[in-house]
Amino acid sequence: MPAVSAAVEVCHLTKVFGGRTAVSDVSFSVAAGEVFGFLGPNGAGKTTTVRILGTLIAPTSGSATVAGIPVGSGGAAEIRRRIAVMPESPGLYQRLTVTENLEYFARLYGLPRRPERIAEALAAVGLADRAHDLTGRLSKGLRQRTALARSLLNDPAVLFLDEPTAGLDPVAAAGVHGLIAGLRDRGVTVFLTTHRLEEAERLCDRVAIMSTRLRTIGRPDDLRRELFTTSLEVTVAAALPKPDRVFGGLAAVQEWKAVGPAGYVLTVSDVGRAAPAVTRALVAAGADVLSIARSRHTLEDVYLELVGADGGRSR
Amino acid sequence: MSAGTARVGAVIRKELAEFRRNRLIIGTAAVLPVIFLIGPTAEILTLKASAPSAALDKRVDYALFLPLIVSVLVPAVLSASSVVGEREQGTLEPVLTTPVGRAELLIGKAAAVFMPAVLLGYLIFGVFVAITQLAAGAPVAAAVRHAPQLPAALVFIPLLAAWAIWAGLAISTRVSDTRVAQQLSVLGSLPPVALAALMSFRVISPTFGLTAALTGGLLTVDSAACLAVARLFDRERLITGTSPSARTGKET
Repeated sequence: MPAVSAAVEVCHLTKVFGGRTAVSDVSFSVAAGEVFGFLGPNGAGKTTTVRILGTLIAPTSGSATVAGIPVGSGGAAEIRRRIAVMPESPGLYQRLTVTENLEYFARLYGLPRRPERIAEALAAVGLADRAHDLTGRLSKGLRQRTALARSLLNDPAVLFLDEPTAGLDPVAAAGVHGLIAGLRDRGVTVFLTTHRLEEAERLCDRVAIMSTRLRTIGRPDDLRRELFTTSLEVTVAAALPKPDRVFGGLAAVQEWKAVGPAGYVLTVSDVGRAAPAVTRALVAAGADVLSIARSRHTLEDVYLELVGADGGRSR
Repeated sequence: MSAGTARVGAVIRKELAEFRRNRLIIGTAAVLPVIFLIGPTAEILTLKASAPSAALDKRVDYALFLPLIVSVLVPAVLSASSVVGEREQGTLEPVLTTPVGRAELLIGKAAAVFMPAVLLGYLIFGVFVAITQLAAGAPVAAAVRHAPQLPAALVFIPLLAAWAIWAGLAISTRVSDTRVAQQLSVLGSLPPVALAALMSFRVISPTFGLTAALTGGLLTVDSAACLAVARLFDRERLITGTSPSARTGKET
């Protein structure tokens, strides 16, 4: 995505704790209004990066700007005014009600029209009817929603969400996904740290994959194209007696391999040209074609290709 | 009202609301004052009017010293858990991502403990004096009324409470376990109590000059403590448990 105006700019960021490098020479930028996925295994430096950008900890070296303000230049309070961070743990005061929790933060942000802002935030996360419940009595999903409502109070320019669906059941997670999609529609820049790759794939305009260092960054589709060749998955009723004769003569097919008893994966340069040619060749060979489909590599495939292979050696 | 004052007010309101909702805190904080009120009051009331004046003075000294301890122990325990407790509950990190400054947060937390602690201290003294004036014999009542510790207590209660609170907060920002923080905080609160005890029991003669010097010393220490504790309050240490290896910029 072209960074017309960057909401977050990170330049050669490094963080060392004692002798352990948590983040190593990481650079990227996030455009305003973008939903940016920050992926990586445990200990990859995701939370550390978010904490640096949230001005909670200082980088060892490198620089960053958040909402146009350099991190660590004395503008920490101003950055905090313009952003919101939702940590992995909701961090709610369990003896206070939902409204009291939000009221506290609204006061810390020095917000005007507090009752209206709180009501709007609660309505945005569908918690208006639980406003006076003690947060200690809420389910985990509702606590996450309360924490998300708290993050919306100051109408942040950049919203950092650290594992917002961790530990949630699928229904509650879907609710949070809907909220994030709504934020994107409102033009909020969302920096989403997650382990859930399908979540990132569904919600994020671009993703970065971290493993202490930045392994890759881009749109999920582009990453798939970069890492994986285009291929067709062919399933026929019975195994072809001589598949090489069927596929070998096709200009659009670069290589093929058998998968299962009667399946084939063909590496092709152009699916649009290859699929009809393959279909004709199979019919000509007398094969009963059950399906021909483009292979779909998921973000998980990309992730495993980049991170799974080294088993976190770089961490 | 400035933004900083409003944030301090927000912290105070939140802390007091949490105290009110936590019956265990209120219950355990009330046990010591009740014991320290009932014991000395009962002893004073059982004193015979004909008791020798030395014995009378000794009982009065003892009775007027115990409430001072309450003014130290209760705030020491409460303040010790106020930062590390939030850290353990996971509520500290969201707060630290807001514009609240460390001094604002600490002053708010200190004030939220200071107000009830001082009120409690004065209440114990007030109830004790009232009971003795109403129910004790005339010589005993007069001994209490004219004890030099009584006006001194009015001054020392807030000063000792402030010392205990800042000691507790300093420890709370540096340790990672609430129980350790509370134990260290109680220990850290003892030095001024020991001095007050020596004066209360007249081991050191409580001259006006000494009392004034002690008052001035405590005032100075309590005032400087806010700045000292704010310097100890390190966001990175509180969040990650480690000190920053390098600094860029100034933390607020």
